[in-house]
Amino acid sequence: MSPRVRAWLGFGLGAVVLFAAAPALLTDFRLSLLAKYLCFAIVAVGIGLAWGRGGLLTLGQGVFFGLGGYAMAMHLKLADAGEGDMPDFMQLYGQLDELPAWWAPFANPVFALAATVLLPMLVAFGLGSLVFRRRVRGAYFAILSQALAAAMVILLIGQQGTTGGTNGLTDIEGFFGYDLDDPVNQRMVYFIIAGVLLALLALTRQLMHSRYGELLVAVRDSEERVRFLGYNPANVKLVAYVVAAGMAGLAGALFVPAVGIISPALIGIVPSIEFVIGVAVGGRAALLGPVLGAVAVAWAKTALSERFPGTWTYLQGAMFVLVVAFLPGGLASLWGLVKRRREAAVPPAPPAEQPVLVKEAAA
Amino acid sequence: MSETAGGLRIRGLRVAFDGFVAVDGVDLDVAPGDIRFLIGPNGAGKTTLVDAVTGLVKATGSALFGEQELLGREVHRIARLGVGRTFQTAALFEELTVLQNLDIAAGAGRSPWAMLRRRGAVPDDVAYTLETIGLADRRDALAGTLAHGQKQWLEIGMLLVQNARLLLLDEPVAGMSHEEREATGELLGKVAGERTVVVIEHDMDFLRRFARTVTVLHAGKVLSEGTVAQVQADPKVQEVYLGHASDEPVAQGAEA
Ligand SMILES: Nc1ncnc2c1ncn2[C@@H]1O[C@H](COP(=O)(O)OP(=O)(O)O)[C@@H](O)[C@H]1O
Ligand SMILES: [Mg+2]
Repeated sequence: MSPRVRAWLGFGLGAVVLFAAAPALLTDFRLSLLAKYLCFAIVAVGIGLAWGRGGLLTLGQGVFFGLGGYAMAMHLKLADAGEGDMPDFMQLYGQLDELPAWWAPFANPVFALAATVLLPMLVAFGLGSLVFRRRVRGAYFAILSQALAAAMVILLIGQQGTTGGTNGLTDIEGFFGYDLDDPVNQRMVYFIIAGVLLALLALTRQLMHSRYGELLVAVRDSEERVRFLGYNPANVKLVAYVVAAGMAGLAGALFVPAVGIISPALIGIVPSIEFVIGVAVGGRAALLGPVLGAVAVAWAKTALSERFPGTWTYLQGAMFVLVVAFLPGGLASLWGLVKRRREAAVPPAPPAEQPVLVKEAAA
Repeated sequence: MSETAGGLRIRGLRVAFDGFVAVDGVDLDVAPGDIRFLIGPNGAGKTTLVDAVTGLVKATGSALFGEQELLGREVHRIARLGVGRTFQTAALFEELTVLQNLDIAAGAGRSPWAMLRRRGAVPDDVAYTLETIGLADRRDALAGTLAHGQKQWLEIGMLLVQNARLLLLDEPVAGMSHEEREATGELLGKVAGERTVVVIEHDMDFLRRFARTVTVLHAGKVLSEGTVAQVQADPKVQEVYLGHASDEPVAQGAEA
């Protein structure tokens, strides 16, 4: 089977699972949980590109997820409130006489939708330009990302009157005219999320197989060498980082109608780390690894913290350590291992001509 | 990118690491199309000189390639002026195939649009170079799986498709078998002419076979320069090599 045929089959299978099997088999409650997990999976696809292929340890994706989420939630809150009115929580805190100027543009649906993707990309571009050009090393980049996530949380909590503080933006009722309490509309949101995930997987696959994708791996493995070939590695990394940020932003935006809330607790240091853990568990360099890992880890979190509250954090940590120590390619690499095992069981094929050449050259 | 081979003209090149002067006022002229060998004992400053010319370490003085001053520019800008180098230890993209390695090397001038698409057919210059370096039938092998000599050839091939007009090769035949050395030397002969080649090398046999001109570095300074015969006859060179390393009179296969 050619890789292209296999890819089409894979997408077909994914579409059947997401669009037919899951809605048919799952209750409304489970389906809306899956919608939430798929949002994490969208973040994970971006991390797979930036970290798995580009070697950028993106430990601050919560920032971009949050920017997208807040942009969407601000629009939906304004739409819920109706024209000219302030969102409920602003009236409740009663500190403001009128809508803050920076809220106003989000009343426009086009602006808000564009902002969910472009705002995170813009921030990533700014940070990435600074960091990659100055050749900040990996660990510092990770710490900086975490610091940014922490700073954003502090800012949001501090500005309670305009951001909803610790509570975040909650009680979102409508989604572009559709009532989110209606299960039919919840299903629609699920389908939108599933569709976006598949589309982004296709986009990411194209990127990974393009010349850019090869160059990105080259930068990951030997940045200095790439530089001596006349490329500026900073730009190569920047593209992957900005694309990953856009995906995280879109995921945050879709998370809001799926779950009905965005708050600082969902975007800070811990969620940022959890995004990466899901990707590591699934397998960061494979296309589907991050998706499977993100869904599996989020599902395990729900299932286990219902049953054993308080132990989830440790379990998650243990899972991460086990994968890093024993299965660095993540769950996605299991398939390859099984295949190799099976091939090893078959008697070895007669050697091709190549080994002769190697011997000759090495003689 | 200049289309004719430029010469290299270095004046007063000086590199210091925390007060230790590794390259100490070197003047060096390499004519366009020449194959210049750069020799000297370990620690003489040969690699550091190449590092300085390619922008990896800071240096004072001047290094002109054709009309262009190289010092003070960023590494990737120097590369785009047509200066390519290899490293003492092969630096390939081991997880990519031979073809992918060459294709990346050929592509620094590609448009963003071309970058975002897949490679369709193998580009002509890449196909030609695959033949030149004798790796056409290893095209789809991962670079990490190549034999030692093949890795060095792939590195040289990458410089060719990169369209480097000045090739700086740091010990390209170290660790190679006799046959591989011969093949490498012939490859260098083929690529010089329209390109200028500078080779750092220890192996005296190899040098006698393939060098056109030789510069001897010692303790960061130029000790001697000329044809192979002239340099070998130079008493200063004999003193450094014989006095310094009589146990390796012709440094056979010595690695840095
Ligand atoms: N980055 C560095 N920092 C400090 N000293 C260095 C550095 N690189 C090289 N040197 C020193 O500079 C001298 C020249 O090194 P090098 O150019 O590698 O010699 P060669 O290639 O001729 O064997 C050596 O004494 C080496 O120890
Ligand atoms: Mg050296």
